[in-house]
Amino acid sequence: MHDFYHTGWWAVIWSIIKIVIVVVPLLLGVAYLTLAERKVIGYMQVRLGPNRVGFRGSLQPIADALKLMFKEVIIPTSANRFLFLAAPVLAFVPALLVWAAVPFGPDVAISNMNAGLLYVLAIAGLGVYGIIVAGWASNSKYAFLGAMRAAAQLVAYEIAMGFALVGVLMLAQTLNLSKIVEAQAGGGFWSWYWLPLFPFFLVYFISGVAETNRAPFDVAEGESEIVAGFHVEYSGMAFALFFLAEYANMIFVSLLTTVLFLGGWYAPINTPLLTWIPGLVWLLLKTAFLLYVFLWIRATFPRYRYDQIMRLGWKVFIPVTIAWIVVVGIALETPMRAILR
Amino acid sequence: MIITTILFYLFSAILLGSATAVITARNPVYASLFLVLAFFNAAALFILLGAEFLGLILILVYVGAVMVLFLFVVMMLDINLTRLKEGFLSYLPLGLAIAILGVLELAVVFWTSPLGHIPAPGPIPANADNTRALGVLLYTHYLYPFEIAAVILLVAIIAAIALTLRRRQGTKTQSIAAQMAVRAKDRISLVNLRGPEQ
Repeated sequence: MHDFYHTGWWAVIWSIIKIVIVVVPLLLGVAYLTLAERKVIGYMQVRLGPNRVGFRGSLQPIADALKLMFKEVIIPTSANRFLFLAAPVLAFVPALLVWAAVPFGPDVAISNMNAGLLYVLAIAGLGVYGIIVAGWASNSKYAFLGAMRAAAQLVAYEIAMGFALVGVLMLAQTLNLSKIVEAQAGGGFWSWYWLPLFPFFLVYFISGVAETNRAPFDVAEGESEIVAGFHVEYSGMAFALFFLAEYANMIFVSLLTTVLFLGGWYAPINTPLLTWIPGLVWLLLKTAFLLYVFLWIRATFPRYRYDQIMRLGWKVFIPVTIAWIVVVGIALETPMRAILR
Repeated sequence: MIITTILFYLFSAILLGSATAVITARNPVYASLFLVLAFFNAAALFILLGAEFLGLILILVYVGAVMVLFLFVVMMLDINLTRLKEGFLSYLPLGLAIAILGVLELAVVFWTSPLGHIPAPGPIPANADNTRALGVLLYTHYLYPFEIAAVILLVAIIAAIALTLRRRQGTKTQSIAAQMAVRAKDRISLVNLRGPEQ
């Protein structure tokens, strides 16, 4: 992390190149995730989904992007002009910043920092400012209610998420995301952390769904009650930035779940037939599967009622994670330690 | 090294600027957002010094949690700053006295103790892991102070909840355990409207 500053301007240029290599495919991934969402949910509801633009709708995301770019950004007269325009940026920037620490292979990351997990947790929590500021600056009751809901929900689920990560730290003994994956090497899928940390795996992924404000936890924008919640007053590119941030966060949560619990870039079974496939392919396949689960959940479950979301966060997830931390702690003091580490 | 120096002055300037803005901003929402910016730049300075754990925890705890709740409250309350500023002049002498006292005390500390003469940190070893170093110190050498601090915090949490918890009469709440325990025969009774078959 510190070498970055000590090797002169070349390091800066090299970093910018790495950032471009990560961000451009990420934005393309976001674009095609929207298409995948509409297609997957379409087929689950016995529809075809978008199928008019390009071959079977394959150019639909580009048409959507063009449409959003050429729409007018309307600023309500009673809104706080500066914060109204700053809010989408505040939502979008953390969604990109977290990717700095994401490992794509052994020691392949924009910054393979020692405290990577802490960095990711800290930066991912900043996205809520965009939502809160948007809700307040819009000067609309629906938007404000959405923002309040988002803030309470984020604070509740971040605690459970943090505790779930404590379990990973106890087994991996490092905050470095790359080394966490390497600690899961060895056998196949049974040596990944989802097995000994199964409650954490579930809590982390469900909290991830809640943190990204996705269904069934999307009360911050619950259409049936508060129209569109915090982004009800937004249009055009300002709206698109919120949208991009949400989908980038979805990809990020899926990828991080893969890194922490599903063995990152390792093949599920340690045979030459499967390990021959590059690690990046495995990483992306697992991420894609979790993204599919995101969409599957959305198509399957009805929206939670707000007080039930709070109950699930505070009264179910937090006690479960605390109890399992104790279980893991005790297990590490027994002969099971040799198996777990 | 030039980059580090430039970044240091950049972050320090933004930190001082936003800290000033916190107390001069007219709008309380702006003031709390400037405080967020100040925290963020302080964290950046920590990270520049190689103390990534302190920097990231500052962001995680203060920016990610404390300020979110702060902003939450500030946005809900309709704070009228002009009314708050009415008594400004009458409080000025006292406030000024406290400020001068604070500055003097800090000056004395910095001039007389070794605190003021800490050498600049040397080159940081490539694999420095201050998270691990801090953890080892906290859980071995400073174990008792650390645990006592934790217990004090726990007491404060419980006290805060006990002070604000009010049970109002006649409120309607769900009892999840009772709902889960319900069986169909508790709620549905099948009645034969035709009467007994002849």
